[in-house]
Amino acid sequence: MTGAEYAVEMRSISKSFNGVTVLNDVDFEVRKGEVHALVGGNGAGKSTLMKILQGVYQSDRGTIMVDGNRVKIDSIPDAKAAGIGMVFQEFSLVPSLTVAQNIFLGAEPLNGAGFINDRESRQRARDVLSEMEVDLDPRSEVGRLGTAYWQLTEIAKALAQNARVLIMDEPTASLAKNETEALFALIGRLKSRGISIIYISHRMDEVYRVSDRITILRDGRRLLTESLADVAPEQIIEGIVGKKIEGELTYRTRSQAAFDDQPLLEVRRLNAGARVRDVSLTLRPGEIIGLAGLMGSGRTELARALFGIDRVESGDIYIRGEKVNISSPQRAMQAGIALIPEDRRDQGLVLDHSVRDNLLLGLLTGIGKGPLIDTRAGKELANLLISKFAVKVSNPAKPVNLLSGGNQQKVVLAKWLGRNPDILILDEPTAGIDIGTKSEILDLVRDLADQGKAVMIISSEYPELLAVSDRVLIIRDGSVIRDLSRNEIVDEEFLQLAVQGV
Amino acid sequence: MNNTSTTSASPIASKRRSRDIITGIDWRRYVIYIGFAVVFLFFAIFLGNQGFLSPVNLVNILRQTATIMVIAVGMTYVIAAAEIDLSVGSIAGLSSVSTAMAISAWGLVPGIVTGLAVGFVVGAINGSLVSLLGIPSFLVTLGMMGVAVGTAQWITNSAPEPILSDVFNNIFGSGNIGPVPSLVVWAAVFVAIGAIGLSRTKFGRQVLATGGNRTAANFTGINTKRIKFTVLLISGVVASVAGMLYAGRLQSGRFQWGTGDELSAIAAVILGGTSLFGGSGTVIGTMFGALLIGLINNGLVLAGLDSSQQQIVRGAIIILAVALARKK
Repeated sequence: MTGAEYAVEMRSISKSFNGVTVLNDVDFEVRKGEVHALVGGNGAGKSTLMKILQGVYQSDRGTIMVDGNRVKIDSIPDAKAAGIGMVFQEFSLVPSLTVAQNIFLGAEPLNGAGFINDRESRQRARDVLSEMEVDLDPRSEVGRLGTAYWQLTEIAKALAQNARVLIMDEPTASLAKNETEALFALIGRLKSRGISIIYISHRMDEVYRVSDRITILRDGRRLLTESLADVAPEQIIEGIVGKKIEGELTYRTRSQAAFDDQPLLEVRRLNAGARVRDVSLTLRPGEIIGLAGLMGSGRTELARALFGIDRVESGDIYIRGEKVNISSPQRAMQAGIALIPEDRRDQGLVLDHSVRDNLLLGLLTGIGKGPLIDTRAGKELANLLISKFAVKVSNPAKPVNLLSGGNQQKVVLAKWLGRNPDILILDEPTAGIDIGTKSEILDLVRDLADQGKAVMIISSEYPELLAVSDRVLIIRDGSVIRDLSRNEIVDEEFLQLAVQGV
Repeated sequence: MNNTSTTSASPIASKRRSRDIITGIDWRRYVIYIGFAVVFLFFAIFLGNQGFLSPVNLVNILRQTATIMVIAVGMTYVIAAAEIDLSVGSIAGLSSVSTAMAISAWGLVPGIVTGLAVGFVVGAINGSLVSLLGIPSFLVTLGMMGVAVGTAQWITNSAPEPILSDVFNNIFGSGNIGPVPSLVVWAAVFVAIGAIGLSRTKFGRQVLATGGNRTAANFTGINTKRIKFTVLLISGVVASVAGMLYAGRLQSGRFQWGTGDELSAIAAVILGGTSLFGGSGTVIGTMFGALLIGLINNGLVLAGLDSSQQQIVRGAIIILAVALARKK
């Protein structure tokens, strides 16, 4: 072992995709035995930088040094050989295998005859786990364990491959509170053994809890690297947010008078699963409320419960003052609720089916002629929806799969708006969509509210949330912790701080 | 300006457009029809002397295909919904013996009702286990295949149960309506109802959506559990009618009737262009799939191949057709 100061040193890393520069001359260095937080907004280049370090992408320019030695990382095995380990956000384990089998997957210890030596892999797994001070039986089947143990298995897998640097991407997103504490304790132990950790998170409190230093990326450049003791949270958030003003995304005050009606939707002390706890809220006709919260805060789960996808355990839902029982999506639809789901490809569309069939799927009752579907009426209705929502499609009989992401999302919107719902819930409606379509969709949302519909919008992009919401609810650990009117929110930074609870 | 440029370029443009139309057609969707035509022409040319084209032979092909075609109509719904039903052949056998026994005990109408009830009950059990308990349909219907055929063998002591009702035998399979065998009429009726049901009704669309993307169908307010239950129920009832067609044609109920039909029906459905993974399918395609199998069987017999050679050629043609029809 050399006495180099840094475990990893990335110098002048540049990378572009199709002529778009994603990383521009970025330096990044991690000391031995430190926890180094890596933060930045969407598109700042965090994940690209980490993918270069893991060998998923190759940088266009720049060098990587590990432990003082120049290395060439062209593939994932190269990265592993250099001692870089990754704890994946979506876990890369085989559920039907045991903990020990997963830890040594692809690198199984063999006996003299060339067969897998299960006893030795169990023993070595036990050693790694006991070094981690984790109580986990290497013989247990991974699929039967909770997510926290999946993560521990991932970490053990990386350590068994002699990783000296661990990359953790939002490691607490799917953990409960006590599991998070256990993870932090483990991070402390790994640190004391000289292992470096690159910690990617949007949660400011966690970053302060575990990290020694921080690097902020913005627009593909390094903004700063500092010891956390010398940086204030406001500084970090400002660094992430930047000072960009996008004309399309400015808030327009809408007539507040329209909101004085009786609430269209009222939720009282709703509980559903582990991530919707005691939620109460009201939504008036013509109003747009935004739900802000970190990943895993329970925003999506709230939307699912209100639409009857997840079972409501307790609490009441009132629509126009009348109590409703939303036990299934069918009931929710009858009650006038529509949900534009988070994942349009998985939850919103039947990708192999035509644009027309997708548009009409929820509207079949309306175009019935006795038991049969009136094909001509269906065509007309689909064409009407296509032109009304400006979906760019050459032939409605072609599979929806062939459309761009933005147009697919318009199909999902059109499909639901064709039912003329009173209450519209949108979950990340502009994720992965170009800026032009994004502003079209936000305009549409405003129009719908102007028509007297009640809108609830979930978004991780705060500028977007601030552009349309009349009120913003801050969700944390499944509960509404603050209810802010739009006027109270000075700027994006203020909202960030509110979400972080700083 | 736009106008002039299109007029001047029009001959080339139209030529290109017609080429685009030809290359733009997804001919994979039509493989079954092309395949059917090619095989038919091939046999017509090379087996014309052996009587392939004689009306008697052609009607024979239809008659021999009819029962499989009926089963395959039900199977199209099941596969389009991304499930499978391996119990159809056994249901047909159980229905044939139950009908035969009920006819000799209680008469014609109770016999028919009993046959249908068999399909209804077995289909409902399959559907409940799949949709309520979430057991994969492959396993449920594999088990049910044994249960149904075992029951049929047990209640008859492995003996055939003769059917002496001429009315029953004439309606189900032995008789003719004018020049047309009643079997063919049954098949035509099932294909017609099945085709309209899948392509033109709300239920049919919901079946395809459930098979195409169950999550999205759920999020669109479709009760996908009910859809899965219903397709297995339909398949069971349709298979029980097929069992009665066997009983009527062979004037007896026997536990072996229908043995192996599940595989022929699945082959017909897949040949007909229905995706094995659900989400797309047509009953007309299934009909041609069944006809193609019947055509091949008939042609190979006329060509003088023995049954071992027939199996090889039939298997090879099925693999070839599915390979040509697969998606890019």
